[in-house]
Amino acid sequence: MERTGIHELSAAYALDALDPNERGEFEEHLAECQECRDTVADFRETAASLAYEADMPAPPPILRRRILEEAKRERRSVVPLRPRWALPAAATVAAVAACAAIGLGIWAASLNSRLGRRPEAIGLEGARGSLILTESGDGTLVLDSLAAAPTGKTYEAWVIEAGMPRRAGLFSGGGHIAFVLTRKVPDGAVVAVTLEDAPGAEAPTGKPLFHTRAV
Amino acid sequence: MGRDLAHLSDEALVALVARADEGAFAELYDRFGHVAYGLALKVVRDPALAEDAVQDAFLAVWRSSGRFVAERAKASTWILTLVHRRAVDVVRREQPRRTEPLETAPQPSANMTEDEAWLRLQRTRVQDALRRLPDQQREAIELAYYGGFTQSELADRLGEPLGTIKSRMFSGLARLRELLAEPGQEEERWNAPEFTS
Repeated sequence: MERTGIHELSAAYALDALDPNERGEFEEHLAECQECRDTVADFRETAASLAYEADMPAPPPILRRRILEEAKRERRSVVPLRPRWALPAAATVAAVAACAAIGLGIWAASLNSRLGRRPEAIGLEGARGSLILTESGDGTLVLDSLAAAPTGKTYEAWVIEAGMPRRAGLFSGGGHIAFVLTRKVPDGAVVAVTLEDAPGAEAPTGKPLFHTRAV
Repeated sequence: MGRDLAHLSDEALVALVARADEGAFAELYDRFGHVAYGLALKVVRDPALAEDAVQDAFLAVWRSSGRFVAERAKASTWILTLVHRRAVDVVRREQPRRTEPLETAPQPSANMTEDEAWLRLQRTRVQDALRRLPDQQREAIELAYYGGFTQSELADRLGEPLGTIKSRMFSGLARLRELLAEPGQEEERWNAPEFTS
């Protein structure tokens, strides 16, 4: 497609009047054309004004409820890992203190629904990850680029409830991993990982291996 | 819930939504739910499908608010773009509905709320601007935006070359943008004869 032709497509793009192939092609062009991005931004705003032309009844109240309930439900399902000092105090202070007091608790994810968030990458030297939870409390740690545990050591996951850490499985790291916790994660619990001597400890004793950066 | 958020800008609300603030999300829905539903209904012409499109769009807002960049677009533009895209996707799946007439019954409102009054003002502003577009540009824009037609479908339907349709949409949107940016249009409206379309 010639260049002027493609520039002209900003209007059809802003009006959603391109078929999927044309749309894809134009989006490739957009990625490298600042001028078209600016035009599209302007045209999008103009096109969105057209929404106000419609003289329509208000949506049924049940739609509001459905949307808000669905949003709430989704929020429960994926919780990002949080640096431990970023955890707001109230609900989790006891659990975090249990780790901090013995000098560990590398990082932790609060499962308090008040703190729940959708996935976000947490700066964690050597590792990035999320904890994915099902409705029934089954948890999977998904970690990118986690360094392999040194010889004779193992990572150990903990589910901490009411200040009491309980063992939730061992893993050795090394690249991208998805580790299924061996223990259910109740609402309000904290998940933490420490580095322990193989074959793992009964209670967290390892030293901090990673340092989290504030988000 | 949410009344204490009334002073926040739309963009500030989106920033709170990105932090999973349910109150901010509810407030955002209260601000844009009506116009979003109106738009979806106008495009898909079926209440149940319109509700689905609005729900999908708002959940997309909920999920992807962290990626919203306020410097690049207004929050209202972003939200209405999501709604429109979904409505158009629906209408393209539901081909038969598109041949039905575009007219919809206006909503009579005995006691207009402040929000409704504001919506009505916006509507008048957009209708005035559309009316001042050259007919062919207006036709191309309305059929694309409200009808959900692709530019190729429009070319077929109107019996014009594709290039002509592209030009009409481009010139029309550019002109519409100027018209909507004109100050004092509301004042002018009071002196102009009122047409109902």
